[in-house]
Amino acid sequence: MAKSFVQEFTKGLWAEIPPFRLVLGLCPTLALTKSLENGIGMGVAFTFVLILSNILISMLRNVIPKQVRLSCYIIVIATFVTIVELLMQAYAFPLYQKLGIFIPLIVVNCIVLGRAEAFAAKNRVMLSIADALGMGIGYTLALGALAAFREIFGAGTLTFPFINYSIHNVLGASYKPFVFLVEAPGAFVCLGLMLCVMNMLGRK
Amino acid sequence: MRDVIKLFLIVTIFSAVSGWALATVRNLTAERVEIQQLTYIKGPALKEILAGSTNDPITDRLKVPDGKKQIDVFTGVFDSRKNTVAFEVTGKGYGGNIGIMVAFNIETDELAGIGVTTHSETPGLGARAKTEPSFRAQFKGISINKPVKVRPEGGDIDALSGATVTSKGVCSGVNNSIEIYKRVKSEILKNIKG
Repeated sequence: MAKSFVQEFTKGLWAEIPPFRLVLGLCPTLALTKSLENGIGMGVAFTFVLILSNILISMLRNVIPKQVRLSCYIIVIATFVTIVELLMQAYAFPLYQKLGIFIPLIVVNCIVLGRAEAFAAKNRVMLSIADALGMGIGYTLALGALAAFREIFGAGTLTFPFINYSIHNVLGASYKPFVFLVEAPGAFVCLGLMLCVMNMLGRK
Repeated sequence: MRDVIKLFLIVTIFSAVSGWALATVRNLTAERVEIQQLTYIKGPALKEILAGSTNDPITDRLKVPDGKKQIDVFTGVFDSRKNTVAFEVTGKGYGGNIGIMVAFNIETDELAGIGVTTHSETPGLGARAKTEPSFRAQFKGISINKPVKVRPEGGDIDALSGATVTSKGVCSGVNNSIEIYKRVKSEILKNIKG
């Protein structure tokens, strides 16, 4: 039980990376990986909520009665998500428009509630912060990797602030993007391929 | 019984604190959010109908009282004169409310154009009210002396084919705006400078 900060942090980056190993939080993973900007944007908003809610729930873990714990967790998570949504409206409006309904959906993202119930409710604040940081950064990296792959090969571009990338620069103007990858079925296929790769790597 | 009361109290306290926190953040960000919404949602429609103005209609906006409400009136400078104003109204469309930005020329009392801000209309049908400039161009130069109507109702506006409800909704929104314009024109003239 006496795990260190570093151990709790690194598990979220690989061994227990949310979408590919815990197989949680798949809905935004499928829907928001059409472009790198959306994927990373969602990852950052998500990490924010995860850290704050883990901290608060860990601080209040002895105060919340077992019978109403889920109600209390949801109240906490929903409050932080709404605050993040308001902040995005005030300071990052174009991103808010692109992520649309998926920001409020962070409330019911299984990862947030899952970490609250499985970890923050039973561990000290510092370890909960480590857990949240690891899971959040891992999720962002996962979304980023999947989004980069889908966007580069499915649309031939890479949208991100300060990066102006077009695959035609690399593979020539005659390259026709594999549009299937940026559509809904392609999302499932890509996710499946990623899970396959992760399992193969894990087996070694 | 005491246990139930304790559970009830804890959840109530959580909800109360949550409500307080949300109200506070909302108040703190309200002004910035308003500017962002104006820039990104109403901005594109405004830029379209007040194209060619030498000022920024969003920063040059007035708050004009209309009865008990306050409406944001955006002003456009053309030929060094502040002769065009625009504000947003809603019309009842097929899938919900349509947000319509209507511009009036205060010198000639004519419509200077309309733009669509938000809507829930069907893509390819009613949504063409936003995507097709030719539909909206019909509203340019119309005088405010009689209500606008679609041709099937005896008016001069050609409705979008396959989107009669949307077209009627746009007309009713425009008529609404004409009524408001007539009501507040004197207030606008009082507040407008230059």
